[in-house]
Amino acid sequence: MSDKKTDTSAEASGGHTAGAFDIRNIIGALLAIYGVLLLAAGLFMDTEEAKTGGVNANLWTGLALAVAGAVFLVWARLKPIIVPADVERVEDDPTRPAPRRRPGGH
Amino acid sequence: MNALAHLALPAAEPLIDANWLDYTFVAIYFAFVLGIGVMARRSVSDSIDFFLSGRSLPAWVTGLAFISANLGAVEIMGMSANGAEIGLPTVHYFWVGAIPAMLFLGVVMMPFYYGSKVRSVPEFMFRRFGKGAHLVNAISFAFAQLLIAGVNLYLLGSIVHALLGWPLWVALIVAAAIVLSYITLGGLSAAIYNEVLQFFVIVASLLPLTLIGLHRVGGYGGLKDKITAFAESQPAGSKVAPAAQQLESWPGQALSGFDSPFWSVVGIVFGLGFVLSFGYWTTNFVEVQRAMASKSISAARKTPIIGAFPKMFVPFLVIFPGMVSAVLVKEIIDLKGGGSPPGGASGEGVKYNDALLLLMRDILPNGLLGLAIAGLLAAFMAGMAANISAFNTVFSYDLWQRYIRKDHSDDYYLRIGRLATVAATLIAIFTATLASSFSNIMDYLQTLFGFFNAPLFATFILGMFWKRMTATAGWVGLASGTLSAVLVAFLSEDAFGSLSQGVIPLSGQGASFVAASTAFVVDIVLSVVVSLATQPKPASELKGLVYSETPREDLVDPEEASLPWYQRTLPLAGIALVMVLVLNFAF
Repeated sequence: MSDKKTDTSAEASGGHTAGAFDIRNIIGALLAIYGVLLLAAGLFMDTEEAKTGGVNANLWTGLALAVAGAVFLVWARLKPIIVPADVERVEDDPTRPAPRRRPGGH
Repeated sequence: MNALAHLALPAAEPLIDANWLDYTFVAIYFAFVLGIGVMARRSVSDSIDFFLSGRSLPAWVTGLAFISANLGAVEIMGMSANGAEIGLPTVHYFWVGAIPAMLFLGVVMMPFYYGSKVRSVPEFMFRRFGKGAHLVNAISFAFAQLLIAGVNLYLLGSIVHALLGWPLWVALIVAAAIVLSYITLGGLSAAIYNEVLQFFVIVASLLPLTLIGLHRVGGYGGLKDKITAFAESQPAGSKVAPAAQQLESWPGQALSGFDSPFWSVVGIVFGLGFVLSFGYWTTNFVEVQRAMASKSISAARKTPIIGAFPKMFVPFLVIFPGMVSAVLVKEIIDLKGGGSPPGGASGEGVKYNDALLLLMRDILPNGLLGLAIAGLLAAFMAGMAANISAFNTVFSYDLWQRYIRKDHSDDYYLRIGRLATVAATLIAIFTATLASSFSNIMDYLQTLFGFFNAPLFATFILGMFWKRMTATAGWVGLASGTLSAVLVAFLSEDAFGSLSQGVIPLSGQGASFVAASTAFVVDIVLSVVVSLATQPKPASELKGLVYSETPREDLVDPEEASLPWYQRTLPLAGIALVMVLVLNFAF
């Protein structure tokens, strides 16, 4: 995305970046949200150190998750997945009912 | 009187004291799952972005989805229950019972699946052996899915019970309703996205749990000391295994229940490591399909092999909390000492299955507690959804369409499928009450796998490598294998719960290893005998179904040789094998 040239050449061949569909963005977002929430809980709420044995567990886990989430988001930004335009369709998993594409369906 | 008491809501104090912050974590997770479902749904109607993105998923994603599809109720609750009860020998379920089979799947079986375009086990059975074996396999598969769905539902219900204090049967119905709505969201790509997401949430919640737990008992050294002290404090003749057996993985008598160390090793290596685990991993298409979604044979082969690396370290996240729980949580200490503490997640007394939930209650602060609850709910929901959906497919297409009502419209079978989903969910409520009668859910599951997977694996592997095997041998082997495993479980001390007769002096997971091995041997022997007496199929019909009749070039990826060594299948599998050997020696 930062490089306009790759972007347009990818578009010329019919491809584009996966964007929000990139699973790293989804993982990164969830981990970052969880991280920030835990961080806040560790800073402003009862840390219940009798349970954890004297460690502010929420704070440290929150910090780790926030960092991990950021790593995923940055990774997705730096090396975006280019989706080619002409991939064959994924056959849907027959063991999981999904909204099905039916030829000529109503 | 009991029935009246059940009607009063809420019936008990909640086991876990969750607050608004914890529920926020759960709500955020559901929002993400819902969002992925909506994205998948939208892309069905107006664009195929979602599916295209799914097709270009990198290998680490399909690898994680591969083990995440399996990182459900069994792994989390079953393995921690096992860790609490018998300690370290539980690692065999991973290092003997999973990794070798995953590597075998990647190196030997995957090219065959990919090349032969076989997409499900019943489909292979039909093409290789015809109707008889197909019918036996489809019925036993559908049955197994209903029973395993019950296990997932029971564990899901026990969390709802632990959170809200509702009686178990109400919790089961509520959990079933939640799963039913979850199933209607998303297809394979959505499933892969959810599974990878779930993997990270589970690791994010179990890692702090393990670390805090170890911190509370004074590190791994402190844990060993406490387990030793506990085992020594038990009177002679108690059921608690000696400390040495709980803290060393081999020879694993605490796991197999065999008195002789030699037979214990044989039982674990052959029963668990070969029959049960190869049977599970090589014929489990819920997982194999994760690999099939990748773009080349090479990528498909590497999927289970890449999955093997994180899988090696999962036992530390599930078994250690169980072991810590057995020396830190007062109810589990009481249970292990021979007591029967009241309460527990089912409300009918504490069981080993509760080890993880109780540890969470005791050592996680609000916040982390919510994260852990979200992870567990996610895992059990996805597990049960997979069982129900697998049942639904086999019921509507393999049984209903092929044997009962042929040649109806697509809409008709979709309607049957929807009805089957609802019916299966209702039946799972009953199989869940069956599952709840087992103190250690792992005993029950291994027994089921012995009934269904062991004979299937025997027939599958023989039919794949021996072209002489006939159609009659296919169904005779399957049916007799399953029946012989049921017979062994029935005659053992407790593999069948209260139905077992105790004629054979075997109990616990050792009994299920023996049942599985018996099924395997009976299946192979009968298949060979029947094959020699009946007429084989002509070789021309076996292309792509039998190894020797499938052209070599269908099995290799021409581009594999051009990749650097660390991206090739065999070197990766070699590294995984060496690592798992080192782990076996270290513990």
